[in-house]
Amino acid sequence: MDYEALRFIWWVLIGVLLIGFVVTDGFDMGVAALLKVLGRNDEQRRVMINAVGPHWDGNQVWLITAAGALFAAWPVVYAAAFNGFYFAMMLALFALFLRPLGFEYRAKIDSDRWRGRWDWALTAGSAVPALIFGVAFGNLLQGVPFHFDELHRLDYTGSFWALLNPFALLAGLLSLAMIVNHGATYLQLKTDGELLKRSERLAGWLALVCAVLFVLAGIWLALGIDGYRVIDGIDTNAANRTMDKTVEIVSGAWFDKYRSWPVLWLMPLSGIVAFIVCALASRARMHATAFISSALGMAMVIVTVGVSMFPFLMPSSSVPNHSLTMWDATASEATLMIMFVVACIFVPIVLGYTAWGYFVMRGRLTEQHIRENTHNLY
Amino acid sequence: MDIVELSRLQFAYTAMIHFLFVPLTLGLSFILAIMESVYVMTGRQIYRDMTRFWGKLFGINFALGVTTGLAMEFQFGTNWSYYSHYVGDIFGAPLAIEALMAFFLESTLVGLFFFGWDRMSRVKHLAVTWLMALATNLSALWILVANGWMQYPIGSEFNIETMRMELTSFAEVLLNPVAQVKFVHTVSAGYVTGAVFVLAISSWYLLKGRDLAFARRSFAIASAFGLAAALSVIVLGDESGYALGDVQKVKLAAIEAEWETHPAPAAFTLFGFPNQETRSTDYAVRIPAIMGLIATRSTDQQVDGFDRILEHNLQRIIRGQEAYQLMTRIRAGEGDEQVRARFEALRDDLGYGLLLSVYAEDVANASDAEIAAALDASIPRVWPLFWTFRIMVACGFLMLVIFAFAFWHSARRTPDKPRWLLRLALFSLPLPWIASEAGWFVAEYGRQPWAIGEILPTSLAVSSLTAGEVLGTLAAIVVLYSIFLIIEVWLMVRFARKGPSSLHTGRYDLETGKLKEA
Repeated sequence: MDYEALRFIWWVLIGVLLIGFVVTDGFDMGVAALLKVLGRNDEQRRVMINAVGPHWDGNQVWLITAAGALFAAWPVVYAAAFNGFYFAMMLALFALFLRPLGFEYRAKIDSDRWRGRWDWALTAGSAVPALIFGVAFGNLLQGVPFHFDELHRLDYTGSFWALLNPFALLAGLLSLAMIVNHGATYLQLKTDGELLKRSERLAGWLALVCAVLFVLAGIWLALGIDGYRVIDGIDTNAANRTMDKTVEIVSGAWFDKYRSWPVLWLMPLSGIVAFIVCALASRARMHATAFISSALGMAMVIVTVGVSMFPFLMPSSSVPNHSLTMWDATASEATLMIMFVVACIFVPIVLGYTAWGYFVMRGRLTEQHIRENTHNLY
Repeated sequence: MDIVELSRLQFAYTAMIHFLFVPLTLGLSFILAIMESVYVMTGRQIYRDMTRFWGKLFGINFALGVTTGLAMEFQFGTNWSYYSHYVGDIFGAPLAIEALMAFFLESTLVGLFFFGWDRMSRVKHLAVTWLMALATNLSALWILVANGWMQYPIGSEFNIETMRMELTSFAEVLLNPVAQVKFVHTVSAGYVTGAVFVLAISSWYLLKGRDLAFARRSFAIASAFGLAAALSVIVLGDESGYALGDVQKVKLAAIEAEWETHPAPAAFTLFGFPNQETRSTDYAVRIPAIMGLIATRSTDQQVDGFDRILEHNLQRIIRGQEAYQLMTRIRAGEGDEQVRARFEALRDDLGYGLLLSVYAEDVANASDAEIAAALDASIPRVWPLFWTFRIMVACGFLMLVIFAFAFWHSARRTPDKPRWLLRLALFSLPLPWIASEAGWFVAEYGRQPWAIGEILPTSLAVSSLTAGEVLGTLAAIVVLYSIFLIIEVWLMVRFARKGPSSLHTGRYDLETGKLKEA
């Protein structure tokens, strides 16, 4: 396998990890964000929390793995994105702090005030990162202001407030809506009675909102946001020469690939269809279909962003030639190869025991179950 | 304070708080597995209750371990972006493998450990607990492979085209001797922490005369496990000293305040006041020959003192100065073959050139004063290392003595353990944490001025941020962590006081009416 192939494989693998993150951790973030919306009393909220209780921790490792893989496979992207989006990342981090504590500590004390506060902590801890990750992608699509010096040191010239532009906020809203919707479809699988009805009703219209926001973002991208295009200077098989290529900013460049290969339109279209199916399935009480189509919809949104930006990962708006692409911002060939072998061995193993974990904990949770096991559950 | 100091402070604070939780997770997970094994083998309910009760405390601790661990993974990128670029090719891999190979397993099984009691057979649940403990330790292995490489960076070389370190041998990185001794030393320290935790709380129950059967059994398991762990932590710590003598002469010289190279075998400085200005140790108390034995395992090899190390560093700074110039020329496209060949010869000293660049605006024409400043900075401050090292060792031996007594009384099945021993065990509760924090301080502060030993100076490794920005996040983190810590300790104390009665089985003293709430 040559360097070029490995680079492409890692572009796919990082995408797979991101999709793994939103499909798994996405639903427990969604459920936690819905605590105050769908859970009308402590018992209902405990049903929701315990529905994700055995799984949130394992799910969160998808995020940790994605960040770790980013560090290993695209070190300079990890460096530039985390440094560039400093306050946004810190805010997401502070929010994420609240989740393990909320899940683990909430039920430890039988007091309304104590539990009420942790409810808010869980809601914020899940909704804020969902929003921020969307905002981050919204900014990547527009390019962010950074460049490197002779020693390859990063100089980021943007500000936190500039990240909060209207298009990025729309992307954040889409991300939040998808995550929350995904949580609602998971609750359709795991709950009963009133909670089940409410989660069906919610996903019945929220999935449509996801579809609409996705289409809106696409139109905005086509009409109002310039894309980036590599003119020359990239050798896909050579060591990174991140600063030596020529990139220009062109209106509509993010749609280049769709013009060349119209079949790619299937990606965004299947995303839209998946959200519509999710809404219909939720109304028709087809719970498994609703969950799977929600997952598929989110996956297609990520794939669409990746394909549109290809080969860019993090375009620079101030010095476009310093943009980071999946050809010239990667780890060395040796590291990519070792990490590829490790991923080939361990991703299937992880999927295996994760599936077993869900199998062991299968079945719906009821309020009665909570009452009977009040001291052993979250 | 400048950006470098603030970034270091933020890293030190988050890492040290993170390491309040890690060792307890490492040790307690194995103690849980041992307790549950006894339950599965004997079928006696009390061991199941022990697993569940100590498991509750494990869970309270684990949550904050996960929380503070997230910050660790994020901040290499957020606050050390040049570091991430410069060494991510090597350093990122063990972190990613840790997540994929170990942390996934650990986190998935933690969920099943807590929620799976009635959902699977006894043996399956026991397997979950053991695998959780193993995964926790595997996690530590990969983190210490990453950290070991920062201390002793092998299996990699500088690539001038990409302006970073790149992997040449993954096997060398994995089998790094520093990483291996650090791993076994660190996990044994974790086992000691878990054992002291169980021993101290059990002793408190015994002192109060409550839940005696439960407390005695917990005490026995903790004392046996703790004695073995304390012995291995000391033996492996000594092994670590041997590895230091081999590859990290500076750190060894610092913890021993070895200002001058003495004829072999060198004396061990037991106490004294290291003085950086005069490069000597005031009021030193020395034991002949011991140091040479620890560091070289021989009576005829010398241990390098700072006199030699500084002399050697000066040579490297001068070579590094040339390497730096050559690098700039080659990167600017002026390098012919001769220049490249010369650079290849000096490549290993580039780190010292980078260090000089911190003190000299114009590296090529650095003044003598600037070179002297870089030379001074090429070794860490000695007294903090000298003292924290001794604190760590003292705590280690004290715990060994306590475990020896505790094990002696457990093995003899003394029904009523002496109260002085129980009190001693109770008050020894902070010792493992003091020792662990001191140990990490020695490891990390002792590596200075380097982020990556002799390759990348810490002051170059930081992000493109202002001091104000880092101060802001540092303040926020301190506030958040303080709140979390207060909540965690409060919950721990509350559940430890309730004891096994918190399981609501109806079998323990606070529930049977034998005792009122303590």
